[in-house]
Amino acid sequence: MTTEGGVQYSKIAEIKGPLVVVDDVENAAFDELVEVETKDGERRLGKVLEVGNGKAIVQVFEGTTGLSISGTNAKFVGKVMEMPVSKEVLGRVFDGLGRPKDGLPDPIADQFIDINGEPMNPEQREYPKDFIQTGVSVIDGLITLVRGQKLPIFSGSGMSHNLLAAQIARQASVVGTDDDFAVVFAAIGVQYSEAEYFRKSLEESGALKRSVLFLNTADDPAIERIITPRVALTVAEYLAFELGMHVLVILTDMTNYAEALREISAAREEVPGRKGYPGYLYTDLSTLYERAGKLNGKKGSVTQVPILSMPSDDITHPIPDLTGYITEGQIVVGRDLFRQGVYPPINILMSLSRLMKDGIGEGSTRDDHSEIANQVYDAYSRAQEVRALAGIVGKAGLTEIDLKYMDVGDVFEKEFLSQATDENRTIEETLAILWKIVSKLPRNEITKIKDKFVDQYYQGE
Amino acid sequence: MTAQGRIVWVSGPAVRADGMADAKMYETVTVGDSKLVGEVIRLTGDVAFIQVYESTSGLKPGEPVIGTGNPLSVLLGPGIIGQLYDGIQRPLKELSKASGSFIGRGITTTPVDMEKTYHFVPVASNGDEVLPGNVIGTVQETDLIEHSIMVPPNHPGGKISNLVSEGDYNLETELATVEKDGENVPLKMYHKWPVRKPRPYNTRYDATVPLLTGQRVIDTFFPIAKGGTGSIPGAFGTGKTVTLHQIAKWANSQVVVYIGCGERGNEMTEVLVEFPHLKDPRSGKPLMDRTVLVANTSNMPVAAREASIYTGVTIAEYYRDMGKDVVLVADSTSRWAEALREMSGRLEEMPAEEGYPSYLASRLAEFYERAGRVRAAGSPDRDGSVTLIGAVSPSGGDFTEPVTTHTMRFIKTFWALDAKLAYSRHYPSINWMNSYSGYLGDIAKWWGENISEEWFGIRNEAYGILQREDTLKEIVKLLGPDALPDEEKLILEIARMVKIGLLQQNSFDDVDTYCSPEKQFKLLKLVVDFYKLGQQSLKEGAPLASIRELPVVTSLLKARMDIKDDEMPKLDQLESDMKEQFKNISGVKVTN
Repeated sequence: MTTEGGVQYSKIAEIKGPLVVVDDVENAAFDELVEVETKDGERRLGKVLEVGNGKAIVQVFEGTTGLSISGTNAKFVGKVMEMPVSKEVLGRVFDGLGRPKDGLPDPIADQFIDINGEPMNPEQREYPKDFIQTGVSVIDGLITLVRGQKLPIFSGSGMSHNLLAAQIARQASVVGTDDDFAVVFAAIGVQYSEAEYFRKSLEESGALKRSVLFLNTADDPAIERIITPRVALTVAEYLAFELGMHVLVILTDMTNYAEALREISAAREEVPGRKGYPGYLYTDLSTLYERAGKLNGKKGSVTQVPILSMPSDDITHPIPDLTGYITEGQIVVGRDLFRQGVYPPINILMSLSRLMKDGIGEGSTRDDHSEIANQVYDAYSRAQEVRALAGIVGKAGLTEIDLKYMDVGDVFEKEFLSQATDENRTIEETLAILWKIVSKLPRNEITKIKDKFVDQYYQGE
Repeated sequence: MTAQGRIVWVSGPAVRADGMADAKMYETVTVGDSKLVGEVIRLTGDVAFIQVYESTSGLKPGEPVIGTGNPLSVLLGPGIIGQLYDGIQRPLKELSKASGSFIGRGITTTPVDMEKTYHFVPVASNGDEVLPGNVIGTVQETDLIEHSIMVPPNHPGGKISNLVSEGDYNLETELATVEKDGENVPLKMYHKWPVRKPRPYNTRYDATVPLLTGQRVIDTFFPIAKGGTGSIPGAFGTGKTVTLHQIAKWANSQVVVYIGCGERGNEMTEVLVEFPHLKDPRSGKPLMDRTVLVANTSNMPVAAREASIYTGVTIAEYYRDMGKDVVLVADSTSRWAEALREMSGRLEEMPAEEGYPSYLASRLAEFYERAGRVRAAGSPDRDGSVTLIGAVSPSGGDFTEPVTTHTMRFIKTFWALDAKLAYSRHYPSINWMNSYSGYLGDIAKWWGENISEEWFGIRNEAYGILQREDTLKEIVKLLGPDALPDEEKLILEIARMVKIGLLQQNSFDDVDTYCSPEKQFKLLKLVVDFYKLGQQSLKEGAPLASIRELPVVTSLLKARMDIKDDEMPKLDQLESDMKEQFKNISGVKVTN
């Protein structure tokens, strides 16, 4: 991050929370990058949140601890925050503000790009429809991921979302030609061990040299987390749309991001929306998630898999709620399945991929994919109802057909859902298991599949 | 005199400028050196509070603000159909020419191509006295749209002279002059209209004709009328957008205005990619020939999101004034309400519920009141309608939140989407117990006259089965299915058939995506007949299992996908198969 030039001011009026109010400011711009220098010469970065009437409110990313009213200088740099990018960023590790963290010098910049990005013109977007084979049956078969999609993992504390995200990153990279695939990983306030797990996982699979890591761990400044996903996505867009790479972006954990946003909003004394989060949380999140996509006439793509932990596993909490309204589906990790030791413990009924319909079928997966998936959803949902009923009236009170649905539920969880963390299934294997499940049912229960497919694939009596 | 001031304060989309004593409320202004578009929303002394429709990143105090003297307006004329606009009617295609794949700032364009010529056919003559709203001629805008050139509602009217003869003209050509009190006012193919002001009409009618959408759960169970209002609330993942896309695709209106208000970019791209290839089931022409898109996606500036709703409804009213039926679909009004909330917060207004401004309800009411079936102003007589359908995205899926509750006060059709149904992949996930339609009684007459006199009775019978099932389900949950007598178990079976065979509809299946009213009625009648035959068989001692296992059951459940709209005889065949099969199990005598 370069900060040459600029105008310096030293009249600090107020310091509260992450904010510094600078007085007698002329010629500062909204969103401008600010470098705050402490008495001891330590430099911190910030940006202008509000400017006018001679005052500028500056948000300091690295926190205000140790700043004082006298002796602090604020240098207004004269431009918005930019990330230096070039092909050299591949294989590098940066901190949450995009500064090298691996002991190596700054990469030689090819371009400096505004980290806020600009909204993609919907008219220039290319509709995403290229199937990504992740090798994870439940995703490929029922919650299909496509290039340019944003598909978050909704999880809870302590569950196996990291294993799953790492497995997706490793296995998705195998398909297609190796050199046009890249992983951008942004750790946002997660524990050091989690970030390290991802790094190692990428290293072992040999994907690290095609990865860029941005690490803001739990002990790093909280306000920095506002910037971390933005620098990561700026690099991702550069790799995708300037260098033509297919970029998978993993952002974890978005809950920490939203909490940093709330902290700033509270310090600014804004009217809060739900649970103290600012009323603009939806808009703010969309400026991150909407940076996924494909563009007409450009080769690459940005696919996002953000991870967020739902406070108390509550999907109606504002963070998962507003995320779900922006993203193109969600993969929900279920506590019950996790307790039973199932991996990956995906609750398929609450999960959804909105772009699945365009990424599957003849020419990409197989022509029966959509209908068999619908039938399995239906059957598993019936199985859950029957299980609930069995809990009350006992197995003896169930009809014969109910018992068959119970069986479907068990086979689904044991043979389809469960899979090893290094097991990479082909789409054909995945579809075969789906048909095996449906074949447990009598033929007249199959109402969502055309006869020609049933004739071809059904193996029941 | 237009205002010329200077920026004194910037925070996000909100800007304050002084020296603005000449500015008017809701006047559009250009803000800063990069000439961003803004609108005055509060005046205090000579300080104007401005909401800016573009990103204010890099804007500085001291930069100029210049008034335009005009309120935020849209340009109305041929060339609108088929366009994709942003919230303030800038064509996104033109923006991409100026700034590439990403949306730049401070770009000025015209909403339609002013150079393009249209073949104008006059219907008025020199010397005619015309009033505001009168049609002076027509042009063919697209294959589907004959576009009336009208005397603008804000024009004084008067005596026509210098009317051009039939021929090709562009939008800037003076087609005629109208003389009033010695003053000559030119008429062109286009005029401008302020978006926040409803366009006037002559008289308003009751909404009694159904808007047919080809979606069974809507048309048969919870219909909406042309000129009516409807709302579709649902948590994420319940299928709001797919349902709205279905309405935009298949509704029997002449014009569709689709507003993507604070939603996903890819959803607008999907419409753009898909609609030109889809054929209108009635005319066989591409759907894009009747569609206008207004897109202000979630990551585009929030103030323009607020404006996008008004831009869309004004365009809808304009086509209504030509005597057309227009459907406006707004996805999602919650994002519009959030834009109001964000600006209200920056104005430091006292918030009402959940931080929304106290005027949220009145803004919603004003919007939905712009729906209606009307006789347009001026001559000749033209009847048109604007049907307004708004999605609501309640936070946490909670229907008691302010946007949903206020919306329910101003709409007549309510399609409540249900997360539980969506989780079990019952789509469209419209919950039949919580939804309602205030148009049912009026619309029944249309079905009676056009499809079948039996329609209303049979529809109510099917709905009654669903209501019975709802109660019986509670008993099953507590005591298990064996606690019910066979007659009641039959109701559960029939309800399942109604749900799978009628209520569910696969938008992605080529056949099932659209269902004609004739097929809707026939499917409904088959299921209700099955119920009656089943009851009779039970009475005569047939076991329930034999009814349940009749081969016709699976055929009935799949008929929505297997039998095309133009294959109605196959449904008749199904009917006779059904009667035959019942005869075999119980020897029931079937009479017609």
